[in-house]
Amino acid sequence: MASRVEVKEYPTEPLKCWEQAKNLRKNYYEDYLHAHEKGGVRWAGGAWSFSSIPAGLGEDVYCITGEPYGATVAFFKDFASKCHDATEAAGFPRTLCSYMRNYWGSILLDKYILTDGTVVDGYPPPDFIWQDHICCSHAKWYQLVRWLEKKRGKEVPMYSVDVSVGYPSDFAPEEDYKVNYIVEQLSDGIEWLEKVTGRNYNDSLLCDAVWNEMKATSVWAEVCALNQGVPAPLDEKTMYSLYVMGTLMKHRPECAAFYETLRDEVKDRIRRGIAAVSNERFRVITDTQPPWGFLKIFREMEKYGVVSVGSLYTYGLIGMWQYQPDGKWIPRPIPPKKPQTREEALQTIVRWTMHKPEWAHFYQPELKTKMMDSIVKQWKVNAVLLHYNRGCEGLSVHIAENRLGLIDTGIPVFPFEGNMGDERDFDLSGTMSRLTAFFESMGLRKLKE
Amino acid sequence: MIDEAFTQFREWIDNRHEYAKAWKEKTGNKVAGYFCTYVPEEILYAADTLPVRVLGSHDPPTVTEPYIFAMYCHFCRDCLAQGLRGKFNYLDGIIEGQSCIHLRQAFNAWRLHIPIDYAYYIYVPHGIQTRRAIPYFREELAQFKQSIEKWTSKSITNQDLDRGIQVLNRNRELMRKVTEYRKADPPKLTGLEAMEMTLSSQMVDKNEHNRLLEQLLQELPNRKLDRQSNIRLMIIGSEDDDRVFMKNVENLGATFVVDEHCTGTRYYWDNVEPQEDRLTAIATRYVNRVPCPSKDWPELTRIQHAVNLAKEYNVNGALIIQNKFCDPHGIEIPPLKDALSKVGVQTYPLEFDVTVPWGQFRTRVEAFLETLTGLEELF
Repeated sequence: MASRVEVKEYPTEPLKCWEQAKNLRKNYYEDYLHAHEKGGVRWAGGAWSFSSIPAGLGEDVYCITGEPYGATVAFFKDFASKCHDATEAAGFPRTLCSYMRNYWGSILLDKYILTDGTVVDGYPPPDFIWQDHICCSHAKWYQLVRWLEKKRGKEVPMYSVDVSVGYPSDFAPEEDYKVNYIVEQLSDGIEWLEKVTGRNYNDSLLCDAVWNEMKATSVWAEVCALNQGVPAPLDEKTMYSLYVMGTLMKHRPECAAFYETLRDEVKDRIRRGIAAVSNERFRVITDTQPPWGFLKIFREMEKYGVVSVGSLYTYGLIGMWQYQPDGKWIPRPIPPKKPQTREEALQTIVRWTMHKPEWAHFYQPELKTKMMDSIVKQWKVNAVLLHYNRGCEGLSVHIAENRLGLIDTGIPVFPFEGNMGDERDFDLSGTMSRLTAFFESMGLRKLKE
Repeated sequence: MIDEAFTQFREWIDNRHEYAKAWKEKTGNKVAGYFCTYVPEEILYAADTLPVRVLGSHDPPTVTEPYIFAMYCHFCRDCLAQGLRGKFNYLDGIIEGQSCIHLRQAFNAWRLHIPIDYAYYIYVPHGIQTRRAIPYFREELAQFKQSIEKWTSKSITNQDLDRGIQVLNRNRELMRKVTEYRKADPPKLTGLEAMEMTLSSQMVDKNEHNRLLEQLLQELPNRKLDRQSNIRLMIIGSEDDDRVFMKNVENLGATFVVDEHCTGTRYYWDNVEPQEDRLTAIATRYVNRVPCPSKDWPELTRIQHAVNLAKEYNVNGALIIQNKFCDPHGIEIPPLKDALSKVGVQTYPLEFDVTVPWGQFRTRVEAFLETLTGLEELF
């Protein structure tokens, strides 16, 4: 007969800033939709694009970032399914990035989805595209947006910045010729922005936006670092709704302000011993984007007392980190002084962005394995769940090497296959069967139904 | 002589490993494997090092499962499989010129799991349509040259670089001349022969390859191919060294008169134009060459190039092949089809995997060829 398992129960409570997060995200999508009604400008680009640069065009400049939009589509599986059908009917292979296919499908259907699932007729085309390129699909994605819009009779100018220059060390200066390659592209991009919008560029707004972005991405890392506490004050499913602000508007003051509010609240939760999951007894991290249509797997895990305390993805997609000489991985502190000129702002944001943790694995898998190992040790993690994500070649790149590297460190690793944006590639019941078997092999038993 | 030349190309491919080992034995120099045609071979020739392209075998690459997630293209996995199986155990080093993230994994897994003395990754710019790419790439090449000098214990002079540029340029010029004869009606060589010419160029000493090309070109103008073929096809897409597929399609009565592949015309279409600063000259060539789709943005310049080729070579139809999971090429399929259809070239897409299901493909290709000849209207 199985013995009864005694598990400590922690107090738990909802986040106080939850509504604020929901509203920020809701307003973001609606602001983009209605930008023209307010005389504003709207642009499209990736979550990693240098969003602080178009901010110099004025206060009424609104963007929509592609990956979060693709994820929003994915969450609403019926709409996602229609997007996939439309994209495949247009001749695109179904093996391409699923965010990209969701996004293109939305254009092809001429429908725009809001965060509550409301589908609006008429996909709002951007006035220009401002993108960066590190993954094979980044600039290609928007090149095809441009092509699709042209077929709909709309010329959309596009600018993309190549950032694929390698990953710098935390213990040596960045190489100037690499920094300058990116800075010069951004500098050219500012001239291009003035030309395509007919607006004068405001360097002061640029400096503000760069400063906001560094604050937001540093403070988000501070929030994540607080999750080293036991019990974890945040679980990853909740963090998905919080990190997303950095993927939408990292350069905006309201983003930096929200993360400061959140950080203070999470500190307070730690002080009061508030847990994200009341029966926490086993801590895991995941990797890459989750299958967005199936977030209930996190709730299933909780029945075993398992909490996902995050991932390199949630911590480092937007959050900025660095290694200390003692080997500890800590939030990257912002520079002592805000940039005052265009040249300073561009140099500062490029040197900052080149250290983005989720850029490292594009070049060397060992760098990502090392960061994941640091998370395992510092966040007191018991196992790693690796999502072999068929939907994202950029974040799944080298993932098999990460598996091998983590196994070498001694941490149990559970790989599972899926797709962040295409439900056809995810087997929920099969994955849950394997996952629960894995938990049982770790000595866990189900605590509640 | 002509048949002997094409037989030699084929034999070089079939015996590529024996060739490289013998070359190494004969010269005492190093052999470097490279994955993508963005590796500047000029610098390797300047260092008396033989660059050989790593290609797959078209056998299921099961040995790569622990190292590369199977959602990445079969080509990158097949390349790695060759290394894991010891087929390239004579290599002294491996080099990758940044292109797609698929091949990058083959390079990194090789570096991590197969004993090798030297591994170097060149950060070839993706922003080739920006004016900033050439100066940046020149600096990358300077670092690469320095690294090669250290590895080979040989200082590379301007004269060495000129020699490297000369042998590569000559090889490109000669292959372009041969390609001109594909314009003839009927063409003077088959698509399979053209593919074998290019593939062998990526495997053997180009000085030797050049000598054979020069001999071939003396007699090629007088060649008359003894085969019935009235359909002029183009083949476009991802890396393709599937000689069996080429042969099978051409046995159906079509001839591939031109291609747009990195194992075909894209490899040799552009020369290095001389400049006082040799590294700038080389950088300019690689930035301005016919691009891999992974670097071709924001404008779709490669598609325009493919359209121009289709017109120049009087193409009736085009097979667009995509290696499964190859995003850069997959993304471009609809605009490529659109652009070719505007100049009257019908297209048919095929998804390639490790092995090609010829039984199914045969039916589909035959149906496509029938649409090109108008035979379908009989039914």
